[in-house]
Amino acid sequence: MIIALLYALVGVGLFGLGLYSLIIHAHLLRKILALNIMGSGVFMVLVALAGGEGNMLDPVPAAMVITGIVVAVSATALALALMLKISAITGRAELNDEEGK
Amino acid sequence: MEALSLLQWLIDILIGVGLLWLAWRVLFSPELFKAIVLFIAFGLLMALAWVRLQAPDVALAEAAIGAGLTGALLLSAWMKLREESTQQFEQKRKRQIFVWLLAIPLLLIIVGLGYAISLLTPYPTGLSTAVAENIDASGVSNPVTAVLLNFRVYDTLLEVAVLFLALLGVWSLEIRESAIGSEPEPVLDVLTRVLTPLLVLVAAYLLWVGAHAPGGAFQAGSVLGAAGVLLILAGWRLPHRLAGLPLRITLVAGLSTFIAVAVLMILGGGRLLEFPSSQASQIILILEATATLSIATILAALFLTSRPSHSEKT
Repeated sequence: MIIALLYALVGVGLFGLGLYSLIIHAHLLRKILALNIMGSGVFMVLVALAGGEGNMLDPVPAAMVITGIVVAVSATALALALMLKISAITGRAELNDEEGK
Repeated sequence: MEALSLLQWLIDILIGVGLLWLAWRVLFSPELFKAIVLFIAFGLLMALAWVRLQAPDVALAEAAIGAGLTGALLLSAWMKLREESTQQFEQKRKRQIFVWLLAIPLLLIIVGLGYAISLLTPYPTGLSTAVAENIDASGVSNPVTAVLLNFRVYDTLLEVAVLFLALLGVWSLEIRESAIGSEPEPVLDVLTRVLTPLLVLVAAYLLWVGAHAPGGAFQAGSVLGAAGVLLILAGWRLPHRLAGLPLRITLVAGLSTFIAVAVLMILGGGRLLEFPSSQASQIILILEATATLSIATILAALFLTSRPSHSEKT
């Protein structure tokens, strides 16, 4: 039980680190990394708290996390392609937040 | 016994601290290349954590997709970014005061979330008993596969659709292909000739074993996709005659089989994607096989980014 709590808290920590980095970094590749780490944190909380009695793991959250991992990789691929397009057009892999105002 | 449980504790704490430390290094190390390599290490450590949490299915998916394919995608994007712009990746951050002020509410959020989690009942029964009761009707004996391809097959249908949509999105952006990997070295060439059949074999094994042990369509698909990525990196390209229609058919095979099965089930008097338990295992095998093929091709195509103009891919 304490092990599950330990991993769940690590998951929360990963989520927090990812969120912080997502906000403060300007570079888009770093933002994509941050989103991936946030996702890993969420998956970790889901699975850690789903561990059943003894050795049985609740298979429903496990299946959802597998689905989530695959969706995360496709979202990452799309995000990276968008980043490359932005950098090809503007010459910088960053979003411009000064000019848009 | 005492010493063993102490050792297990130590391992869990090491993995937990290691994950947080690696995440910190990924997000805040000044060099982007280093960050990406550390992210791959982070994925591998995550796989270890899944094993410790008794989730070997998730560990397999994480090791193949989370660490392997995501890492390959990130590295190739980094290469293209570097080819494109001569500017240095200076780590521009927002103003220092803002950075520190932001840490306070975020810390509060983390503490609040941690507190909320500690209030939850540990080990709720969840749906594991419901799954265990109905496993005989599902056609497979691995509970995770039973959930993925029978009880919640709707999720899987949509997931294959999401993969396909991501590929359409990437193709429509028309990123130019990187110059890397056009000239294979002899060692790499020989190595891929040996490794590819092995990877195909591993994928087939994972697909077959998924019915009763950890494994399944996604794990098999990502291993096969990794084989495709390896071939692309080594400079192999799909021959002309396969890059047009045959490639497209493989890409949509998974999704269309899912939809066809769903429609057939409705025509047969059942509900959407409700399998009769006598034929469930055959239906699941067909679905898994086509899904594996499509997932692998889509993942390899996502890595290539540009649409194969009748002369590229795998």
